Amino acid sequence: MSGSASSTQTIGAGLEPGTGMISCRGVGMRFPAPHGRGEFVALDGVELEIGRDEFITLLGPSGCGKSTLLSLIAGFQQPTTGTVAVDGAAVEGPSPEKGVVFQEYALFPWLRVDGNVRYGLRERGVPKGEQDRIVAEMLELTGLSHVVDHYPAQLSGGLKQRVALARALANDPKILLLDEPFGALDEQRRILLQDELLRIWQQTKKTAVFVTHSIEEAIVLGDRIVVMQTDPGGIREVIPVELPRPRDRASDEFNAMRRRVREVLF
Amino acid sequence: MSVTTNAAIATAPSDRAGRRRWRLRVPPWQYFVMPLLALGIWELAVDRGLLDAGLIPAPHTVVKTWYAWIFGGGAAGASLYDGTWWTNVVASLQRVLLGFAIAAVSGTVMGLLIGWFRLPRLLFQPLIDVLRPIPVTAWVPFAVVLFGISGASSVMLIALGAFFPICLNAAAGAQGTPTILVQAARMLGTSPSNVVRRVVLPSTVPALVTGLRVGLALAWVLVIVSEMVAVKSGLGFSLWQAYYFTRPDIIVAAMFSVGLLGYVSDQILVRASNRLVKWTPDVR
Repeated sequence: MSGSASSTQTIGAGLEPGTGMISCRGVGMRFPAPHGRGEFVALDGVELEIGRDEFITLLGPSGCGKSTLLSLIAGFQQPTTGTVAVDGAAVEGPSPEKGVVFQEYALFPWLRVDGNVRYGLRERGVPKGEQDRIVAEMLELTGLSHVVDHYPAQLSGGLKQRVALARALANDPKILLLDEPFGALDEQRRILLQDELLRIWQQTKKTAVFVTHSIEEAIVLGDRIVVMQTDPGGIREVIPVELPRPRDRASDEFNAMRRRVREVLF
Repeated sequence: MSVTTNAAIATAPSDRAGRRRWRLRVPPWQYFVMPLLALGIWELAVDRGLLDAGLIPAPHTVVKTWYAWIFGGGAAGASLYDGTWWTNVVASLQRVLLGFAIAAVSGTVMGLLIGWFRLPRLLFQPLIDVLRPIPVTAWVPFAVVLFGISGASSVMLIALGAFFPICLNAAAGAQGTPTILVQAARMLGTSPSNVVRRVVLPSTVPALVTGLRVGLALAWVLVIVSEMVAVKSGLGFSLWQAYYFTRPDIIVAAMFSVGLLGYVSDQILVRASNRLVKWTPDVR
């Protein structure tokens, strides 16, 4: 039952090229090699359609280009070949509708928690009263109300990542891009935040792309797992996860899935 | 002191409610041991004739002179210095503040420009590289030619001298702005033209404060040097004049006056800037 062939239930799985909310077509990314001649192929020929409200996990070893792919969708870089499009329009740069959560948190250290969450609202000229309402709502949603007055340097890694999440969510983005956000956390906090992220995702309904190198994390979170490979970086296989949520990490079905993903990965 | 990043809620920001930034902290008694000892030895050395009182006055003589210099009315030793301290301090202070202000504004702007933007860096960096190694004191003749024997010469030298440390620190700070913070700002809706104001400037502040402190210290050095040579008023002028009039007591009093002013102005700068940099973990 687990790992059955292609399904139509899974959103986005059966999308024709160019019809996804996020559409990557023939995406390649090459850098000049650091030393000497030649070039490094970070990504080659990536074809990926991501449906609205879908949760995609990008799974793979270091150097498979998963973070590069995320950065291309975010608009921080332009692909050297192919196109990345959101809602049919080519991505030309970063924007508030594509919220990003970085592994390194990237909080503004000179702003308190409250200021960080408010930042995007202020930049977009949201009226003051509305700002207050949204900030309070986000702090509540991410469980940060007790640390509003703290500076990022005073927070633990887990709390920092909550702030980063709240900051991205405050702009109510259509897309949430997460680059190994829980990679630096201990196992306990990781599981806690994974559950919390799922709750928030289900509550706010967003398209999510989540980069990870943890098989378990990829299965727990994703509607589909995009397994990636190195040299050249690219997609090896897309595996739909048909386990009902909340997913029991210790169930037989979960373990069967774990085995399946491991087989594809190695 | 510094905050451990993992102590999440342990360190509540207590300074929010109670504003005690300007409270004067009295250091422990050990702090005063060496200075008092030095004063005692100095006094004793003059008293026993180990030091010639005509060349190096005893501390109590300096205190008496200083008092008369500040408040006047030393009936016995009524001299041309009586009560003139304030005038000289105000003259020097004005030059320092004006020169420093010019350097602070121009240095910050230029530093951000060459630190963040490619073209200004290519255009101005060579100019700075050529001019910076020239000691500011070497500009004294030019300052006098341009502004004559006047306070303006002094202001020019101070502005020029304080400009470089401020500019270079600001440039280094701007250049060190984490790319990921710029990406985060852009992702949250900051336009490319607002990145300098929203991200580069605030992340430069700690380096800028360092530059301002170095610049201010240099400003006090330069006000004394320039007043010795190119101005006929101020503490530096008094100091040099006292040398010709063989008034070592005035020289010593002037030295300590400058030291005191330098210390107080630095403290004011530090405390004012602490508000701006209290987000850095090592300041709290």
